[in-house]
Amino acid sequence: MKEESDINLTRRLLVKTLMAGAAATMLPLSQAYGAASAIDWAAFFQKRFQELTPQEIGRLIIRLEAKYKKTYGRDIKVKTTPPIDNVEFAYALNLSKCIGCRRCVYSCAQENNLSRKPHQIHYIRVLRFQSGPIDFEKAQHYYDPREVPETGYFYVPVQCQHCRKAPCVKVCPIKATWTEKDGTVVVDYDWCIGCRYCMAACPYKGRNFNWAEPQIPPEEINPNTHYLGNRPRMKNVVEKCTFCVHRSREGRYPACVEACPVGARKFGNLLDINSEVRQIIETKRVFRLKEDLNTDPRFFYFFHS
Amino acid sequence: MKLFNFICDATREVIKGGPLYYSWMAFLLLVMIFAANSYGYQLEHGLLVTNMRDQVSWGLYIANFTFMVGVAAAAVLLVIPAYIYDFQAIKEIVILGELMAFTAIIMCLAFIMVDLGRPDRFWHILPGLGILNLPFSMLSWDFIVLNGYLVLNMLIPFYLLYTGYIGQEPNKKWIMPFIILSIPWAISIHTVTAFLYNPLPGRPFWNTAILAPRFLASAFCSGPAIIVLVFQIIRRFSNIKIQDAALFKLAEMMAYAMFFNLFLLVAELFKEYYSATVHLAPMQYLMQGLHGHNALVPWIWTAITLNVSAFVIFLLLRNIRNLKLLNIGCVMIIIGVWIEKGMGLIVPGFVPDTLGEIYEYLPSSTEVMVSLGILALGAFIYTTLAKVAIAIDTGRLRRQ
Repeated sequence: MKEESDINLTRRLLVKTLMAGAAATMLPLSQAYGAASAIDWAAFFQKRFQELTPQEIGRLIIRLEAKYKKTYGRDIKVKTTPPIDNVEFAYALNLSKCIGCRRCVYSCAQENNLSRKPHQIHYIRVLRFQSGPIDFEKAQHYYDPREVPETGYFYVPVQCQHCRKAPCVKVCPIKATWTEKDGTVVVDYDWCIGCRYCMAACPYKGRNFNWAEPQIPPEEINPNTHYLGNRPRMKNVVEKCTFCVHRSREGRYPACVEACPVGARKFGNLLDINSEVRQIIETKRVFRLKEDLNTDPRFFYFFHS
Repeated sequence: MKLFNFICDATREVIKGGPLYYSWMAFLLLVMIFAANSYGYQLEHGLLVTNMRDQVSWGLYIANFTFMVGVAAAAVLLVIPAYIYDFQAIKEIVILGELMAFTAIIMCLAFIMVDLGRPDRFWHILPGLGILNLPFSMLSWDFIVLNGYLVLNMLIPFYLLYTGYIGQEPNKKWIMPFIILSIPWAISIHTVTAFLYNPLPGRPFWNTAILAPRFLASAFCSGPAIIVLVFQIIRRFSNIKIQDAALFKLAEMMAYAMFFNLFLLVAELFKEYYSATVHLAPMQYLMQGLHGHNALVPWIWTAITLNVSAFVIFLLLRNIRNLKLLNIGCVMIIIGVWIEKGMGLIVPGFVPDTLGEIYEYLPSSTEVMVSLGILALGAFIYTTLAKVAIAIDTGRLRRQ
């Protein structure tokens, strides 16, 4: 008998603890699910971008634009401009000219609607080196001089290198990232599951994760966006430089090229023998980062004063 | 009908129990509830509440995942002596080992789920519904082999227990192929998991051909160590017979595995330190600290001390058959391997990062709480499974 009552007591205790615990759990969980219930089912069941028919893409864009209008109170255009035929984009950066001002960093953040807070994202990192060889282990990632350039230092900006043999594309378990026909490596933010395997695979830190819900002041939003590029993102997905896909496919330079005050940044079509990048690659001594990894980047560095 | 009876009786067996059983389960539930709370917090605020960042983009969750794959794979050390060599003492308890593998895989999948930024999009990786990047992505392969192993370790014990329940001899011809298949499959889950990290040229710390062998060697230490301890607990709280011979057989295999594990570690250290290329940096960060950053140094030296001491203990056990000594050795191995393969393997892969930045990672309280919840989930599942298995094994639970 005694054992029986013990059991009942334990049972009652168990039920009580469970109820109390359940109540405590309900609060944050219900908040999370409250947010989830706001998500429409069309978004939940949305297919991977490359699998969508033109009709489905049309409906998707209408849905997204309506959603952004609601969120930011502004008309945001989401384009799906396809790659241009016979174009392979490439980038060339003149290290002799770079003064480390980081205007490229901030114009990129502005142009591409990068999260300002609570987690700040930058696609371009400008590394500062003391005069000498480029040894990443000695790179300074955060520097704050009164003015640039500083004597005794040089600067190496690094962003996504848009590799021909991109390790990030290879490892993605669900094909949420791929190389477009024009050579840009893009992400379908609506398909990414946030496993971050691509970030482990990238040798250049070319990818960023939205560790929290990205926040951008509505008045600072760039309303000219592309589905595969700078449209507003969501939390817990990976994003990256797309060579400003919303601009480059319309014959414009990426924002970083335009922002550079010293003309260190060059961009163009590798397949066009008269283009500036092609001329640089053919006439200057160019090099690429971590050539030994055989990632075959479309991003070249050179020295020319 | 028979199946229905089996499910009913098994459920009844799980619901019934003494005060100790209820307290244990209530405790586990409580931990899980707290963890669910933390996970809800993580879902709401994003992975920012972890200490992972762009520099160190995987942390405690993936470390635990890797460790648990090893525990799951180690069931093979029971399966081989039981079914291939007909070692009687182990044959009697092999089901408990297979259930352990099943539980470990559930925990692996749970650790993956909590690490995913978008668990709501989990269906994107489900074959048929989503899209798998085959044959290129090792994560796609890992998902397939882990789930295959889950099915095997569900099917085999279920079949054996079910036939035991209805009082029939299991049909060897039918089940043996699955058992045989589970042996290479166990090797494959840990090999493919090593292949997740191993082929990334941008991460020199992982980019070493002996990573998969190291994974297997350490798994064959830590897995059996957990089994040895759990089996003694089971023996104390139920009337199942587990012979010491089975435990010491496992200890013997663990001694070999630990020797191999330490040998591979030395090989790795020698290669990195003697060649002393730029790729030495993560190893330096782990072993001695780098540019004044040394968060992992006490961890790895604890692990090495524990592993070497445990190896000595396991050598002694060949002559001194002392359970207490065995248990001390097992605890040392579990902690040692957990550090070596968890924090000591995942984190240095990211430090310094690919552009040389050093971000020192230690898990946040949310990560710790969620991980404890998953351990509690595993303990909960295993307790229920083992309870049913023991009831059938001892003949207490039979079809009326």
